Amino acid sequence: MELKRVVVTGLGALTPIGNNIEEYWDGLVNGKSGAAPITHFDAAKFKTRFACELKGFDVNDFIHRKEARKMDKFTQYAMVVADEAIINSKLDVKNVDPDRVGVIWGCGIGGIDTFEQQVVEYAHGDGTPKFNPFFIPKMIADIAPGHISIKYGFRGPNFTTVSACASSANAIIDALNYIRLGHADVIVTGGSEASVTGAAMGGFNALHALSQNNDNPESASRPFDKSRDGFVMGEGGGALILEEYEHAVARGAKIYCEVAGGGLSADAYHLTAPHPEGLGATKVMLNCLQNAGLKPEDVDAVNMHGTSTPLGDVAELKAVQKVFGEHAYNLNINSTKSMTGHLLGAAGAIEAIASVLAMEHGMVPPTINHVELDENIDPKLNLTINKAQKREVKVAMSNTFGFGGHNACVLFKKLED
Amino acid sequence: MSDIASRVKAIIVDKLGVDENEVTAEASFTNDLGADSLDTVELIMEFEKEFDIQIPDDQAENIGTVGQAVSFIEGAK
Repeated sequence: MELKRVVVTGLGALTPIGNNIEEYWDGLVNGKSGAAPITHFDAAKFKTRFACELKGFDVNDFIHRKEARKMDKFTQYAMVVADEAIINSKLDVKNVDPDRVGVIWGCGIGGIDTFEQQVVEYAHGDGTPKFNPFFIPKMIADIAPGHISIKYGFRGPNFTTVSACASSANAIIDALNYIRLGHADVIVTGGSEASVTGAAMGGFNALHALSQNNDNPESASRPFDKSRDGFVMGEGGGALILEEYEHAVARGAKIYCEVAGGGLSADAYHLTAPHPEGLGATKVMLNCLQNAGLKPEDVDAVNMHGTSTPLGDVAELKAVQKVFGEHAYNLNINSTKSMTGHLLGAAGAIEAIASVLAMEHGMVPPTINHVELDENIDPKLNLTINKAQKREVKVAMSNTFGFGGHNACVLFKKLED
Repeated sequence: MSDIASRVKAIIVDKLGVDENEVTAEASFTNDLGADSLDTVELIMEFEKEFDIQIPDDQAENIGTVGQAVSFIEGAK
């Protein structure tokens, strides 16, 4: 059976550096930092007291209060970005065959804020369970695509992928493969996360995963820099409309690019630490190239997982050098997490969007907050330090890796005329 | 309007996102006020909390309108 081709026809974003696609891109190319002191809860006693929260976002501008209160924030973010992407794609939702449209979403954790509130309330009571009937359907990680399907009546494949910080890259790859195999013509994919909460921050602090640079929140996310000390928590979401090529052409859709392929692997090494030599990372980039039918030399830009942790950044760059050899020096390598922070299960989505937009605009967003290179990193690599670089990007790679050792990699390719 | 009725009304307005003038004694939660099965369960729980009463499931099934809720609560107090 011949696989169908899959293209990107719509985008939506809600991020700490911009509340829609236009603002997000503006933030990316201008090297804007999304980090600031935490406002969502009282973090006074926390080791980390800053994060990349959304700015100036009021859910009531997008969703009726009656509906919004039945959703955890991660689902609210999903609804907002899915709407933007669907509008951006100009898909005629009333006349499209609803059985051929799916929603495959990525989310690493789910409604942790809801879980926390309900359990705290229970703990403060006399032992009588008084859980809200919306507790479970607000919290469960699969509910976001459920809500999107109910709003639009999309009856195709519908589920959430969970692989920690690789979740939404897994969602994109699943969407790619289901369309390739003919299960759907259009899939709304992407991911969302809302983990700037006491339990999430406290839990990640306990793992020593978060930066504790409370004196310099704006510049704390500094991938590849010698003084990096952990990732900065982010929140938000990103959506992409993936569509079968002929379907997109037939309706005259704007095609951003082709989704050339997806790679999947596991480190099989440790719960939270990456393999020190980047074994799983190497394998995932290689099998992604193979899946896309591309050679390493075809790739122009790599948006790294690059979370700003001491171990992860070095291991991933080792993997890049193994995969690309001498061509690694020709690549534009960047980590947009330096600006957005780490959106966990939504990272793969907003970073895929950054790759798609880099191709669209011929510009690679920077890795900001860079002062001094780590001596374990090859200085000849172009890490797109501090300023966006003009570059015609024909093929872009996006890496995401999750706790548990899950690795996912996606390749986007400009359509050849 | 009794104190109980006005408190019941306030809960319904808050949880169902409806206008105050829609919340008449005859209004049905599901048919008139747009509640689904989960909304109805939540309303019953909110009544229990607000008025510090217990509404057993078999009796909750008989509370389908605003007026029925007010009567039940008045009887339980």
